[in-house]
Amino acid sequence: MSRSYLPHWMHWLGSPPNFYRFAGALRPWLIAAALVCAAIGLYGGLVLAPPDFRQGDAYRIIFIHVPSAWMSLFIYACMAVTGLVALVWRVKLAEVIAMECAPIGAAFTLITLATGSLWGRPMWGTWWTWGARLTSELVLFFLYLGVIGLYNAFEDRRRGARAASLLALVGIVNLPIVHYSVVWWNTLHQGSTVDWLHLSQSSIAPSMLWPLLVMTLATHLYFFASILGRARTGLLSLEGGKQWVRSLVTETSR
Amino acid sequence: MNPVRKRRLIVTLLILGAVAIATGLSVFALQRNMTYLYSPTEVDAGKAPTGGHPFRLGGIVKEGSVHHVPGTLTTDFVITDRFQNIPVTYTGILPDLFRVGQSTITTGTMVDGKFVATKVLAKHDATYMPPQVAQAIAKAKEENRIPKTAQGGGAP
Repeated sequence: MSRSYLPHWMHWLGSPPNFYRFAGALRPWLIAAALVCAAIGLYGGLVLAPPDFRQGDAYRIIFIHVPSAWMSLFIYACMAVTGLVALVWRVKLAEVIAMECAPIGAAFTLITLATGSLWGRPMWGTWWTWGARLTSELVLFFLYLGVIGLYNAFEDRRRGARAASLLALVGIVNLPIVHYSVVWWNTLHQGSTVDWLHLSQSSIAPSMLWPLLVMTLATHLYFFASILGRARTGLLSLEGGKQWVRSLVTETSR
Repeated sequence: MNPVRKRRLIVTLLILGAVAIATGLSVFALQRNMTYLYSPTEVDAGKAPTGGHPFRLGGIVKEGSVHHVPGTLTTDFVITDRFQNIPVTYTGILPDLFRVGQSTITTGTMVDGKFVATKVLAKHDATYMPPQVAQAIAKAKEENRIPKTAQGGGAP
């Protein structure tokens, strides 16, 4: 085993029983932080932020739509990277995390598509249009569904995870297409509002920007809490017969 | 890294590279078919479909060109990209954001030099600000004698 180039804590965390305890300890804090951030972000966005000069109060759906859209891309990237680790190094934990990313990512993508549709009807005048941004985001949704489907199509869960990891990894070519679709093509969807390199130069007023950023933090925290929880149950069912799971069961049932 | 993992890594990255190249080439090849809309200049240059084939025309609603035909839902207006103008007629309900100086995407066909739209969509730009700020900007522009129409709308 020539894994010595990895830091020690990664070895430690990569072991299912250690990860199980670590994730269990961290998860409640992440959930609490996510709830606090979501409460502050929603209050800031729906109550404190002023209405928009063009769209009035209808623009407030941005505080759900945009963080969800960012999450749909971020979670896909997480899934693809852990998928690569699963494919090359066959780390069980990486397989579990990659596969458990898919339902969360699919949920955020669905929220993005639904809120975008609700926003588009009054502002653009249509629920849906086959523009580059909307179509590539829909493709992202189908990629997530494909990963979930492929994973569950295999009798052997570890083989299924590796096959689905390859699909996840290959599908990563869609991420730049989603992101740059509004730059490369003429679309109905507007371009990017937030300039991450120069936040103060974003074309959104600061009073509207901070709730958006807090909501983004909240969705990230929620994702980390959710993936830790899902990975724990995934590990339990995968390692059902192992000694550490048995001793865990006897510990908790006592 | 042991040889087995190294081989897996290389094979995986090769697959990824092949798919990325294939996707890049397809996107490049589709570039023409993926044209979402045509500008008035492109229509004038004969790049847009003719002979009753529908296409999307995008541009800005020209100042002073909007006329509602009384007693109907029909609206006549002019779509411009500041180089060429295309007259448009549309019967139906316009989106909330439709106004003079607004980026708009219309779907329809060219009939005798006039664009008969079956659908009118308003594009909004990526700018969000409170009404007070927008008024202050408009006022500042007025004082500097910059045309008020330059504010908002954005490029199509």
